[in-house]
Order: sequence, then structure tokens, then C-alpha cells
Amino acid sequence: MKVLNILSTGYRATLEEQDDTVLWISQAMKRAGAELDLLLRASTVNYVVEGQRVVPLSIGARSQRNAPDVHAQLRDLAGGGATIFLLREDLELYGLLDRPRLGEVRLIGAGGLPGLLSAYDQVWHW
Amino acid sequence: MTRTRLTFLLMDAPFESSRTATAMRLIDAALDRGIDVNIFAYEGAVGLPLAAQTAHANAVHGRDATEEDHPLPREWVAALRDKAVERGLAFDWVNCGLCVEERGAAGSIEGTRRGTPADFWAMAAASTNTLVVATA
Repeated sequence: MKVLNILSTGYRATLEEQDDTVLWISQAMKRAGAELDLLLRASTVNYVVEGQRVVPLSIGARSQRNAPDVHAQLRDLAGGGATIFLLREDLELYGLLDRPRLGEVRLIGAGGLPGLLSAYDQVWHW
Repeated sequence: MTRTRLTFLLMDAPFESSRTATAMRLIDAALDRGIDVNIFAYEGAVGLPLAAQTAHANAVHGRDATEEDHPLPREWVAALRDKAVERGLAFDWVNCGLCVEERGAAGSIEGTRRGTPADFWAMAAASTNTLVVATA
């Protein structure tokens, strides 16, 4: 079975979870043998931008040591064989088209989505 | 004849989103149509089958606890489980184990079990289709 995970909500609880939980479950399933790719749209297109960094969270005297790194999560997924698609129109809307980004991603226009989605057995929208 | 099986992933915590009630209605409708169902509770959704949920009175409504008859997600889960049993259908509710631990949310009703993302993948792979009901 081949699955396409579509991510639409960026930075959802990432400070609490120390990761993006959809990328995390994708990583966990890949390690269990899953065959899945990702399509980033809406605010998640920012995940591919190089140079982003999160300062560890501090609430009162409680300081977090390990901050989330969603960019590294994506790189890990790509390194594990997942294809990362990026919706071109959303990248343009967010003004990110010309920003340095993760090299392993593939841009796709909205017109290409029907063909892309039909290439998968299941499509999950998060 | 091949049986139809659907997998649902739920993600919202109880009492936070109308998506949960809608998802429960979809699962109920699937059972009505003789469809086997799997549910993977991810993140806050592991709170849905918590046995400790308690109905409360509502002074604003002017009703005591009995009159208020406050809905509890654990009762919805139990009702779906029982309907599946009555109809000879599969009903496999799996709570993401790490999600349970980080929330201290152990203590789910009978008929649910602990699992991992690998269980979700196996459920989806054995299903006709999968619906992810994610937190917005």
C-alpha cells in the first residue's frame, strides 16, 4: 500500500511535542515499513525553509532542552525514501518561493494534484 | 464476499471539537451498513475512552446531573463497541501508547487497547480506506 500524507496545519503543538506530530507518526510508520510520501501545503510549506531555528521553550523555571526541528524531521523522512511534495501556489502565497529550502523536495502545482493523488492507494489529510 | 473495513484516525481531545461527534456518527453509520471498523486514537483522542469521565449537573441549564444527561465520549465509544459486537462486526479501538503516557491518560474502558503507529499502518493497510480526522 502506498499512502500520501497531506499536511495542512503547520507547527501544531510543536513546542509541547518537540516535533510535528504528523511528521513524527510518518517517521514511526516509515520505520515500521510503511511506504508513504508527503505533500506540504498551507502553513506547512514553511517547514522546507533553510535556517529556521526554535529557541528552547522556557516557562518560569522550567526550561526545555530539546526544541523541535521540523526541518530536520523532513530531511529524515526524505533520507528514508519518502518523496516530499510542495504546493507551489502556497509557497508563492507565503513569499517563500525564492528562499533557500530543503533540496530533496519536489514542487507541484495545483493542476498536478489530481494526477498525484490518483497515484496513491490512500490519501490522508492532516 | 469480501467484507468492507474502514479505519478512522481521531486526534481531537474530548469536549473540544465538533469533529469528534461527527466522526462518531460516521463510525456509527459504518456499523449500520455492516462495515468493520478500526479506530486509532492519536494525541488528545486517547482521552475519548477514558473510564473516569463523569457526567455533571449544569446550574446554568437549571438541571441536576440526571436531568442534564451530559454526553460522555466514553459512552459513545462503548455504544459503538457494543453495536459492533451485536452485529458481529469488528471494532478495534487502539490508543497511541506514548500519547496515553504523556497525558497520564491510562484507564480506558474495556474493549480498547494500547498500540503504536505501526498498528495504525497495519489497520490502514488491511482496510478498504482510511479517514484521518485531524486537529485543525
